[in-house]
Amino acid sequence: MEMVNIKINGMPLSVPKGSTILEAARQAGIQIPTLCYLKDINAIGACRICVVEVKGARSLVAACVYPVAEGMEITTNSKRVFEARKTTLELILSTHKKECLSCVRADNCELQALCHDFKVDDENKYAGFNPTYPVDDTAVHMFRDDNKCILCRRCVAACAKWQGIGVIGPNERGFNTHIGCAFDQNLDEVACVSCGQCIVVCPTGAIAEKDQTQQIWDALGDPTKHVIVQTAPSIRATLGEAFGYPVGTNVTGKMVAALRRIGFEKVFDTDLAADMTIVEEAHEFVERVQNGGVLPMITSCSPGWVKYCEHYYPDMIPNLSTCKSPQQMFGATVKTWYAQKMGWDPKDVYVVGVMPCTAKKFEVQREDEDAAGVPDVDVSITTRELARMINRAGILFKDLPDEEFDNPLGESTGAAVIFGATGGVMEAALRTAAEWVGGKPLESVDFKEVRGTDGVKEATYQVGDLTVNVAVASGLANARTVLERVRRGEANYHFIEIMACPGGCVNGGGQPVQPASVRNFIDLKSLRAKALYDADVSKQYRKSHENPSLLKIYEEFFGEFGSHKAHNILHTSYQKRNPF
Amino acid sequence: MANTKTAVPFSGTKEQEARLLKLIEEHKDQKGALMPVLQGAQEIYGYLPIEVQEIVSKGLGIPLEEIYGVATFYSQFTLNPKGQYKISVCLGTACYVKGSGDIFNKLSEKLGIKSGGCTPDGKFSLDACRCIGACGLAPVMTINDEVYGRLTVDDLDDILSKYGA
Repeated sequence: MEMVNIKINGMPLSVPKGSTILEAARQAGIQIPTLCYLKDINAIGACRICVVEVKGARSLVAACVYPVAEGMEITTNSKRVFEARKTTLELILSTHKKECLSCVRADNCELQALCHDFKVDDENKYAGFNPTYPVDDTAVHMFRDDNKCILCRRCVAACAKWQGIGVIGPNERGFNTHIGCAFDQNLDEVACVSCGQCIVVCPTGAIAEKDQTQQIWDALGDPTKHVIVQTAPSIRATLGEAFGYPVGTNVTGKMVAALRRIGFEKVFDTDLAADMTIVEEAHEFVERVQNGGVLPMITSCSPGWVKYCEHYYPDMIPNLSTCKSPQQMFGATVKTWYAQKMGWDPKDVYVVGVMPCTAKKFEVQREDEDAAGVPDVDVSITTRELARMINRAGILFKDLPDEEFDNPLGESTGAAVIFGATGGVMEAALRTAAEWVGGKPLESVDFKEVRGTDGVKEATYQVGDLTVNVAVASGLANARTVLERVRRGEANYHFIEIMACPGGCVNGGGQPVQPASVRNFIDLKSLRAKALYDADVSKQYRKSHENPSLLKIYEEFFGEFGSHKAHNILHTSYQKRNPF
Repeated sequence: MANTKTAVPFSGTKEQEARLLKLIEEHKDQKGALMPVLQGAQEIYGYLPIEVQEIVSKGLGIPLEEIYGVATFYSQFTLNPKGQYKISVCLGTACYVKGSGDIFNKLSEKLGIKSGGCTPDGKFSLDACRCIGACGLAPVMTINDEVYGRLTVDDLDDILSKYGA
């Protein structure tokens, strides 16, 4: 690698040619503040918070986009730099709705943190005319409040570049510029897939999930309700971040203990339903292959992806597996089999999903997700909302003992736990399908080709006498690449896994928000996924169809995998939606 | 923001659509195709309603919001058709000091449309313009080619009624 010699604040440094000043400074242990910059997708040099002095340059330069050159002398901490940054912050504040006490991002606002760092002492220094915008709270899963927007366009980049969708963007110009949808329609009128990637990149409280924690507190206070909670595979790998644990810490035991202390009657694991999804999906796949059904079959666990398919690839709806997502399979099983077993009326059972995902909020109110005549799941909250509940309940998370899930819906396999990472569903399905078709136990359960955080992965496996071509995509822009290959007839896949969020659920739109200063320099996706793959190895059972509790439920209730009863309760249907 | 879809029902013809599709086909694989296509679309339809922008979005594979962002960034593009009677009120310096701002606001109130808007029946559109060189007659407005000068807000009902308002 070609290196250049530079000086930062007088310190000599050798850095790779082509680095930006921002990256070079990081190597020297200096964090230059940023607001608009987001690695790979938003290097627009717009916000001017990252300005630094370069000797000989006419004016201050934006470190996030300015490449280093041989002999460059950079100053990041001069009075001139500090004053410029402070003025920029004061100007941003001049049109910012400063309701910082009640703001959803009160404890982790990037704008507020910078105001502290640069000692902004008068929030109203440049008070003047302020445009006011109505809050768009029409979507099921989130709201947008342009009054808190600082026009950094990180959300716009996430939507357009990671997801290839672009339902939000800058409208009008100059002082009237605001982020909105086409024709300033509301979010529920446009083809938003509810993935929530815009939320996790927003530096302020301009975009956030709709908080539904009060509904849960109300249910917990209702003596007629049996309030059951399930946690998705990836929550255990991310919840700790909200309590100061390093990224990628598995906190399963403390999470369970906290949920029990919040007051849930049963603390169950969505992982069991992930195993259920695998046996149903693998069964469906084998059936499609043997009976000439529609191929490639595409997974349906990710509700953001499902909604995307309905809006943008309606012709591929027949390719979607009819399996409900694990969250919904879990709710359906609790309100049918488990309610029957416990002698409960399904109407009195209140199922809460803790999900890495905002699209799950949309999913719970979809049609054909009500096996017992009532919604399979009553409310779905994000990892962030669970952290808020734990805090409100005064639970000292770090001091909790490690506890176990309740049974029987708390037992799961290693195949289920990797559902939370891109490639995990494919690997889990292969572990089961390969064994079924091959008719003998697998020598190795590891399908390493489909692991890792690449946006598109392809592999070919010999399953019995069948050659199976698989593809795995995460991030909807990558999904589009794969689907276009299928449409053009360039690829002959049999099975495709798609997750809406880049890297899968571990990087979902409902996960703890990490500031750009963290996101830009560590790979959240792979650190969080590692926690899941480590958990997989430590499990007694690593193939879904070997989960003893699952087998018992089928024996008692559903009968065969893919039975008529399983179809009625565990499968769903889809609908075509408007592409605009 | 208020919904900025025009209140005038879309009345595009098959022939106009065919012209637009041909235009899109010509520019499709060019870099920066959006501007010439939008300019052409506005020439064909006179304005860029959602129906037209959706055709462009589908044809060029560009998200509708990105197109709308461009259409609202440049003042050369309009989201509303021009009315049968195009009212233009001069807000140049001389007219403005003589009270053309009040004239403009009164018209906006009477017609129920904002600057650049068109009444739902397609009859009147309202624009603000800069000096038309008739400062001696300030405040001035034009309706199509007709010039009205030395206006007061009380004159407006009579004038509009001539056009069937």
